[in-house]
Amino acid sequence: MTDIKAEIDVLPGLDSSARLLDVENLHVEFRTQAGVARAINGVDIHLDPGETLAILGESGCGKSVTAQAIMGILDSPPGFVTKGAIRYRGVDLLKLPEEQRRKVRANHIAMIFQDALSALNPVFSIGFQLGELFRVHRGTSRQDARRRSIELLDLVKIPAARQRINDYPHQFSGGMRQRVMIAMALALDPKVLIADEPTTALDVTVQAQIMNLLAELRRERNMGLILITHDMGVVADVADRISVMYAGKVVEEAPVLDIYARPAHPYTKALLESIPRLDMKGQQLNVIKGLPPNLLRIPAGCPFHPRCAYARDVCRADPPPQQYDVAPARTARCHFWTEVVGDEPAGS
Amino acid sequence: MFRYFVRRLLQGVLTFFGATFIVYALMFANQSDPLQALAGERPLPENVRQALTERYHLDDPFILQYGYYMKGLLTGDFGTSLTNRPILEMMEQAWPTTIRLSFIAIIIAVLIAVTAGIVSAIRRGGVFDNTTLVITLLLLSMPIVVLAPLAQLIFGMRLQWVPATAGADSGLFALVLPAFVLSSLVIATQLRVTRASVAENLRSDYVRTARAKGLADRRVIGVHVLRNSLIPVVTLIGTDLGNLMAGAIVTEGVFNIPGVGFMLVRGIRTEDGPLVVGFVSILVIVFLVVNLVVDLLYAVLDPRIRYE
Repeated sequence: MTDIKAEIDVLPGLDSSARLLDVENLHVEFRTQAGVARAINGVDIHLDPGETLAILGESGCGKSVTAQAIMGILDSPPGFVTKGAIRYRGVDLLKLPEEQRRKVRANHIAMIFQDALSALNPVFSIGFQLGELFRVHRGTSRQDARRRSIELLDLVKIPAARQRINDYPHQFSGGMRQRVMIAMALALDPKVLIADEPTTALDVTVQAQIMNLLAELRRERNMGLILITHDMGVVADVADRISVMYAGKVVEEAPVLDIYARPAHPYTKALLESIPRLDMKGQQLNVIKGLPPNLLRIPAGCPFHPRCAYARDVCRADPPPQQYDVAPARTARCHFWTEVVGDEPAGS
Repeated sequence: MFRYFVRRLLQGVLTFFGATFIVYALMFANQSDPLQALAGERPLPENVRQALTERYHLDDPFILQYGYYMKGLLTGDFGTSLTNRPILEMMEQAWPTTIRLSFIAIIIAVLIAVTAGIVSAIRRGGVFDNTTLVITLLLLSMPIVVLAPLAQLIFGMRLQWVPATAGADSGLFALVLPAFVLSSLVIATQLRVTRASVAENLRSDYVRTARAKGLADRRVIGVHVLRNSLIPVVTLIGTDLGNLMAGAIVTEGVFNIPGVGFMLVRGIRTEDGPLVVGFVSILVIVFLVVNLVVDLLYAVLDPRIRYE
């Protein structure tokens, strides 16, 4: 096996002792005709090898934009990263020239998308789309690329890989397509995998299979996994830590068990209370009233205050709440986090 | 796939008979006195008139005439024109010329339309995009009867970059200007379709995936987007062939090219029924075959399409 181009692609300045992924104070805005939409307003996340970080939030809170900014595949224009740093093993990806940034993708950081049917090119066979990675990034021959592609399909447990390699995306079922996506993301052995709502388009039994496969592959390869989802149920089993996002900010960050036991931000608490529970059968389900803010006009102060039960005057005025340290490795952006944590969870 | 192919062929046969019947009927209805038209102003001797009437079955009822004609056609005998030249011989000269002309025109059109379409789709709203928009609007609104003499005047006679006319056995170079004029018929729509198709595909999810795979923009557009974008363009080329044939009638007339269009014009003018119907029959076949090929190609380009 000759990886002719592998050595050339080594990133200069890579520091193996630095953190795997460290996103600091990231700002992204979309310059549209209607005005500037501030999609990301200072996101801080970090990730270690073998760890699963879940990014949780409603539609439009900036989860996917964060992922696309890390990958460097924002549609630009209208999307622009205006501030912040995305450090991968100490290298600030935002400062890299496009040619090197391009090589980070798939080689170091890879991504899988929500809807595998539209995310795969309809007119090329699976074998072509997988093999392309080896041919472009590693300069391998067609046969070699094909052989490795079959290995990948085996890895993600697609039956009869050797026959299916020539099939087209529409000939696969939803779950199998998502496996193909995963195979594609893992092809070049990345250290970070971003999964943007990987199971949303799938039915529940297939969801579990895909989540298990992701967890298994993460363990085997000691990858860092960022799992973007709006489904708190999916998160509980697989994530180590959770970052809850609201209006382009991480409002709470905590180890998974802590957050379920005692949320420190009213938004997280409201999200948890909106999950249907067996022991609350027959009762009215709590919902979060109102809508997430229009990103063109984010309210002053804490962006959650119009929907928050704890909101007082201080929440309605700038500056917005800082990141309070709730516990070691636990933060929350709420002036009254002590009250929120102190509250007994509703229903008990 | 095979069943589809056979069905399409059978449909083609029906279309062929229908089309030739209509053309034959039109020529028949249009005929006042083709023999007199042949002779021009001079009186036609009665014995000649009788001989010709008999040869072309001009006294028989319409349906019999059509029957005689189709019988000849199906046995490969196109008959002779009213000027007593074998039509097959005229075709052997005219068809290669027109095929060459339309082939150059299609190549010019596709090259320009696809390239410009991709560039203007990538730089939507830019200077290039707006310029091509204006040019395509001009081309679309200018009929070829105006464009052909205009191009001949400017490039052939004033600037003298290319020969002003292309006679029989003219080289490829003489055909460049007529081919450009001819391609102007289809270039505008092809460009707009390419642009719309590329612009739509650029927004699709698989482009985001391709970029996430660390592919260079050139590969993302040149391989992933292009292959998807060309599907509607290829279909368009098939239907454009009809436009090109219609345009060839004018273009060949203006540039004096002895091709199919040229012959057709002459045939129509002299009420030469056998000549016109003969050429149109072949035109119909060409059109049917090209459209069948395009439809089959469609399935090759887009694996989601399977013919039953």
